[in-house]
Amino acid sequence: MTVQTEESKSSNEDWKPKIIAFLCNWCSYAGADLAGVSRIQYPPSIRIVRVPCSGRVNPYFIIKSLTDGWDGVLISGCHPGDCHYLTGNLVARRRFAILNELLQFFGIEPGRVNFMWASAAEGERFAMLVRKATSIVKKLGPNNKFEKKW
Amino acid sequence: MEKVGAVMVVGAGIGGSQTSLDLADSGYKVYLIESSTSIGGVMAQLDKTFPTNDCAMCIVSPKLVETGRHQNIDLSINCVIEDVSGEAGNFIVKVRKKSLFINPDKCTGCGVCGRECPIEAIDIFNEKLAKYGATSVKYPQAVPLLYAINREVCIGCGICYGVCKAKAVEYDREDEVVDINVGAVVLSPGFDEFIPEEANLYGYGKYKNVVTSIEFERILSASGPYSGRVLRPSDGDIPEKVAFLQCIGSRDYSGVGKPYCSSVCCMYTAKEAVIAHEHMHQIKPTIFSMDVRAYGKDFDKYIIRAQKQYGVQYIRSRVSSIKEVPETKDLRLKYETQDGKIIEEDFHMVVLAVGLNPPDDAKYLAEKFGVELNQYDFAKTDLLNPVQTTKPGIFACGAFSSPKDIPDTVTQASAAAGCVNQLLYEKKGTLITEKSLPPEIFVRGQPPRIGVFICHCGINIGGFLDVPEVTRYAKTLPNVVMSDRNLYTCSADTQTIIKEKVQEYNLNRVIVASCTPRTHEPLFQETIREAGLNRYLFQMANIRDQCSWVHMNDWEAATNKAKDLVRMAVNKARQIEPIERIKLSVTPKALVVGGGISGMVAALNFASQEYETYLVEKEKELGGFAKHIYHTLEGADIQVYVKELIDKIKANKNIHVFTEAQMENIDGYIGNFKSSVIHGEKKERTEFSHGVVVVATGAKEYQPKEFLFGQNENVILQSEFERLLNETDQIKNKKSIVMIQCVGSRNDEHPYCSKMCCAEAIKNALLAKELNPDLEVTILFRDIRTYGFKEQYYRKAREAGVIFIQYDENNPPKINSDLKVEVLTPRNDKIYISTDWLVLSAGIYSDREENEELAKMLKIPLNDDSFFLEAHVKLRPVDFATEGVFIAGIAHCPKTIEDSISQANAAVSRACTILSKDEIEAEGKTARIDITRCIGCGMCIENCAYNAIELVDDRRFGTVASINQVLCKGCGACSGNCRCSAIDILGFTGEQIFEMITGRI
Repeated sequence: MTVQTEESKSSNEDWKPKIIAFLCNWCSYAGADLAGVSRIQYPPSIRIVRVPCSGRVNPYFIIKSLTDGWDGVLISGCHPGDCHYLTGNLVARRRFAILNELLQFFGIEPGRVNFMWASAAEGERFAMLVRKATSIVKKLGPNNKFEKKW
Repeated sequence: MEKVGAVMVVGAGIGGSQTSLDLADSGYKVYLIESSTSIGGVMAQLDKTFPTNDCAMCIVSPKLVETGRHQNIDLSINCVIEDVSGEAGNFIVKVRKKSLFINPDKCTGCGVCGRECPIEAIDIFNEKLAKYGATSVKYPQAVPLLYAINREVCIGCGICYGVCKAKAVEYDREDEVVDINVGAVVLSPGFDEFIPEEANLYGYGKYKNVVTSIEFERILSASGPYSGRVLRPSDGDIPEKVAFLQCIGSRDYSGVGKPYCSSVCCMYTAKEAVIAHEHMHQIKPTIFSMDVRAYGKDFDKYIIRAQKQYGVQYIRSRVSSIKEVPETKDLRLKYETQDGKIIEEDFHMVVLAVGLNPPDDAKYLAEKFGVELNQYDFAKTDLLNPVQTTKPGIFACGAFSSPKDIPDTVTQASAAAGCVNQLLYEKKGTLITEKSLPPEIFVRGQPPRIGVFICHCGINIGGFLDVPEVTRYAKTLPNVVMSDRNLYTCSADTQTIIKEKVQEYNLNRVIVASCTPRTHEPLFQETIREAGLNRYLFQMANIRDQCSWVHMNDWEAATNKAKDLVRMAVNKARQIEPIERIKLSVTPKALVVGGGISGMVAALNFASQEYETYLVEKEKELGGFAKHIYHTLEGADIQVYVKELIDKIKANKNIHVFTEAQMENIDGYIGNFKSSVIHGEKKERTEFSHGVVVVATGAKEYQPKEFLFGQNENVILQSEFERLLNETDQIKNKKSIVMIQCVGSRNDEHPYCSKMCCAEAIKNALLAKELNPDLEVTILFRDIRTYGFKEQYYRKAREAGVIFIQYDENNPPKINSDLKVEVLTPRNDKIYISTDWLVLSAGIYSDREENEELAKMLKIPLNDDSFFLEAHVKLRPVDFATEGVFIAGIAHCPKTIEDSISQANAAVSRACTILSKDEIEAEGKTARIDITRCIGCGMCIENCAYNAIELVDDRRFGTVASINQVLCKGCGACSGNCRCSAIDILGFTGEQIFEMITGRI
């Protein structure tokens, strides 16, 4: 299924990318909460999906997000060594190292899918990650790789 | 007097929280009393923790949330103990709950009052580096999240009263005094840090760029005053050269500081240096220290990494003076190097590693509870049971009894709970309440009827986005039958409204759009469960922390985003189904592997609570390595103690002892193990079932290859020397003894400290000197690691004339066949000493083969040195990731006898949280497998950290994976990797997440 709205087709200054973020419950989601509690402002581009662990994120979720028209994907888990489930984030890291190559093969530009770490104490860092991801995706423009052309 | 099944825990730091959780999970009512306004203590202030550099907040906050909302824990903050009466088993404690001037039942923690408060008061939590209002919580993630008015700074302007939509501000609210009846008390008030202002030596308080280590910790923290950037307070510049000064207020005989060693500073300084460099690569840390006391598990490796990987420089010297350079605000340090040179060097910033003092209220608490303090004003405890105070029924844990780090505190916290168990086990379960709930409404297969409740959160949400618009929008979404908005969805009256709406509209899914599920999901789940819905038929959209608070200046974008989040939640809610938690029976019996001190203490504790216990020992006799130890450094008689333990075990009908025994097999999982053991001369085989396992297999003494050991009969091990001192009078005709420390420890092959050797050497040196005052005793050492109160014996030994000479790892002492020892001193002088006996302090080694075998059976890991690896180095030091299996004693890492006893009692306490229940409930949101899709590739098994998955043969589908619901934690690592989408995580199914993804439009 391909979804393109009028808004995302126009690639001008006003265009606001929509990024889906898969955040682990224990570190990054808590980091996002802390950004909120500390009132750290960041672009309203992301929509957060809470998952128990970054290890839960199936590569298919990311591909599905891209084919469904999200302009960017952000996956964030605990820093290596901090995982609430001991090794889930390391499993995720291995998985996305491989997925990244596959996505590039598909023609997905590097930077559209971002994998990063943020801890529960890093509200400012979380906001910074969102700003960064937003500016990268904004430079890349709307995601139309999966638009049906026939 | 009749015993009472309730316990009071005084002090809600990490120690008090752990004790409370252990006891509450074992069926006791717990009254947790905290003097400040939130729980978490010092750990919540830390940025990272050594030796793993874990984020302190990440690992501690789930534990605090759990403590805050546990049904059996009654948490009171801002309290003072007024009076105590009674005896072990039945105490009455009078507690004054000081008024917060805010009604805790009404306050939702929204924080508007704090933001509107015009008075800038000092914030304790950020260590005076940031400012906060007169109405404030201690820190943003505080548990419980309640605001309090500080009347000392409040000017009574009344603004907070006006802005509080929950009507929680009550200026005339009075203190409440209650009498609490409990069977036992655990004291865990923690410590206070040494304040160098009093010392007036290092320019603290006078020079801006001199900070204490705890202030520096806040500077490092991402939630600290500079958001994690390391800046100097005077001008906000990045300090390139940072000097860390050790032993500020510790090991100080001048009278200004304390004579004991604070135990933790060497490590936290190394950590701060490493993290500072990690945050700002320009920073080059230099640490000035006396001895580097990295005596804990994997601590030495951390120090080595700090030096090699992060370029942290260690200088063995005590700085003699600090002066500020007025123009630059740099600091000029004067110190003497080991080869005798006087050096003056400028640094941009100085961090003082302040020691640990007893808590300010130690004397007050001791007097109220009638317990004694030691000469340093810490709690005086039993020589062999460090959690037992001088009064029966009152226990102490954590830094209140001696300075200690987090894992030792957590271990002691569980140990104190273990001792409470022993005292009150008959009253277990008598005072806890269980809620009666209506039967669950059957909703499976019915079309979703979704109710959405949108929260204004006072003005926190409603002030920054269009709540009415979001409410209208929610109503238009498919399957949404009602949507409503509330001023505070979390307030008690709204819970009633939610329940009414569930009935009125026949709702079978409920969504709350408000704050974060991390703190509020359990509350709403409880509400819908009371309304008769399964608690998993609930979803949350976080429109406060993710919308209104972070897009405060963009009304439209925030409103649109809130709509998106609500829609995504609705999309997911359509897919959610009730989840049932699986229940499993528990066999109330324990297996203890290893019959040394740790194993025996654990077995006796289990048995005294009437749990049948199997004790397995590989030797012919119980006792383990302790049979070779006569006394501890502090003077406890180990021979007598071990004999008593053995006698008690033999007399106890609940303990089955197997000697000359070896585990053949251990099968099963938490609550339900089946094992077999081969034992006795005749190699008999016995099978039994049990619910928990305690691993207490101990370790062994290194048999040196160096220093002519085994070739010259006068080269002996420290344990043999101890025997000769205690059993013979050969020492009387000796003239000179030389001891060499760190034999087989802290080298490339065994890069860890054996922890006990320094204390053993000093103990034996003191005894030798006592028996033969003319004897010359020389100890050749690398660092003397007499941590904590053991420091006094180090000093005593020096006073008694024991000679200490430091040697370098790369230039170890040499010895010839006439027992003439050659040693190179730090000043590069060669010294020759003739000795009658050369005593080697041999390290402690694990038994690799034996441990590997047991590790395989129990599916538990070993570390690089083949000691058992616990579930979490900081907060779960006696648990394994495999549930129902616990660790005690030196099988975990080298430790003292007292610490082994603590850990044994702690293991029992942890185990009792399982054994005390008739059945255990598995986590609901776990992995489920669709065997019709599974191809049995086994990838999921590779990724499972909890050994919850195995391959089984299915009659129809061949080899397929099978998930043990009890062991599964629901992390989803298996599911993320499943190439045939055969595994799903309930509550986070692929289907549900896809629905959220398509929720973009």
